[in-house]
Amino acid sequence: MKSPTGTTLNMQGILQSRRDAAVQRRTDVVLLIVGSLGLWAGLSAWLGVHALPYPWTTFARLAQLVADPSFYPHVEETGKAFLAAIVLAVAGGTALGILLGVRRLAGDVMEPVLIAVYSVPKISLYPIILLIFGLGISAKIAFGVIHGIIPIVLFTMTAVRNIRPVFLRCIQVHRLGPWRAAWQVLIPAAIPEVVAGLRIGFALTLLGTLLGEMFASQRGLGHMLMMAIERHDVSLIMALAVLLFAFATLASLLLLKWDRHLRKGWHRGA
Amino acid sequence: MARPSKPLLLRVGLIVGSVLLLEVASRAGWIDPVSFIPPSEMFVAAVQILSDGVYNVDIMLTLSSALTSVLMAVVFGFLGGLMLAKLPRLRRVVDPLLMSWYAVPIFVFYPMLIVIFGLNRWPLIALGFLFSIVAMAVNTLNGVERIPLVQLRTARMLRMGPVRTTLRVRLPASLPFVFTGVKLTIVYSFIAIIGGEFLLSGAGFGYQIAFAYNNFDNPTMYGLMLLLLVFVGTVNMILHSVEHRLYQRRVMKEPA
Repeated sequence: MKSPTGTTLNMQGILQSRRDAAVQRRTDVVLLIVGSLGLWAGLSAWLGVHALPYPWTTFARLAQLVADPSFYPHVEETGKAFLAAIVLAVAGGTALGILLGVRRLAGDVMEPVLIAVYSVPKISLYPIILLIFGLGISAKIAFGVIHGIIPIVLFTMTAVRNIRPVFLRCIQVHRLGPWRAAWQVLIPAAIPEVVAGLRIGFALTLLGTLLGEMFASQRGLGHMLMMAIERHDVSLIMALAVLLFAFATLASLLLLKWDRHLRKGWHRGA
Repeated sequence: MARPSKPLLLRVGLIVGSVLLLEVASRAGWIDPVSFIPPSEMFVAAVQILSDGVYNVDIMLTLSSALTSVLMAVVFGFLGGLMLAKLPRLRRVVDPLLMSWYAVPIFVFYPMLIVIFGLNRWPLIALGFLFSIVAMAVNTLNGVERIPLVQLRTARMLRMGPVRTTLRVRLPASLPFVFTGVKLTIVYSFIAIIGGEFLLSGAGFGYQIAFAYNNFDNPTMYGLMLLLLVFVGTVNMILHSVEHRLYQRRVMKEPA
């Protein structure tokens, strides 16, 4: 956060309220953690440890997992697949979204098709992906991309369609070619929406990658989960679930922060 | 009936064209015929599956589970959304939870659900319920928040009680958003239940697809997939058009 150099007197009230908001945010986080842990412990006591292990058992298992060197090849495999998938989903989704946003007719044609694809239980089509890409990391990447790309396309398309007309006229005035128009005007103007789409796309890409690992795979966190399910190793399932949930929540919060930051900047500039 | 619009015609053309292209490509051997069968053969297989009725039990199982899950998730999700709207503090606290809900593959909880509910359809129904309730709650919340203040003031001016305000003002005003929630609930319930069947269960539509894949039974696998695609596509189209009409009505009622 920038320090308010220069104007000090009038800023004090604002700073005070900002500090209050920060304190409240911190209590929110504490409340969330304490509340969900309490609820979790209560549920474990009620349902029995074979259905749901206690939080402390789970965290002990998680610590054990993190200390175990044989855990990291799995993390690396999932990490690699996920990274490749998210990069492809963002690049492809933004490009396709801009194209469909600029070409209105193409957008009208494709939008319902994309929504329909989004709503299909894609896991049941995974055999086709496996047949096309073969067993291995490329099938997982492809499956992650398929899950994550659609929200990014839809959000980018909407953003480009709702772009302020003055920007479009600017493109015409400066006689920008399609590449420069996309790079210098359309993408910067659409960035907040792209980030909003990315927040959904991020979670879905992770889900797709993990699902790809759960079926016909030999490595990765998804495979570990599947093995844990087959062995009924409940504490391992919960430990991995907590890990994934924490990762997804953290990423989601960071993206939300970036999103807010961009929107604020955009309003100031506008 | 109005004339079909240009995008609609193009869309149909695109879909028909790509199906034809697949047909030609697989017949001519451009695609490996082992991994991909021509669409016409998928269609024949799908008709065969339906007329034989071998999979009727599985289809009914999946449909009834999905229906149960949707009904429960809609009711509890709606109530949950109203509750979150009433308690802004609670809402702020659980917000990060709601946002990352969909990142964890919900299927991992299946074994625990089996311990809780036993070896029957209830673990799958619970899976669908858990996966879809958050979408319903978030959309209800979204809808309730967007009710124009003037309508609530009108309700107060007319001295409506809380129940009448909810039924006559809140629900109609937020209906399009609530309907979006219902739509997502249906979609997500199917995703979770068919995914759960595919990965873990021993019966149902999703299981039969995985079973056919594991047995290299491509005609059955593609036939089942085609049936699934047609079914989900149809349901989705109906929901989408209803939703579209609801939003349009809302836009017409609200100036600008």
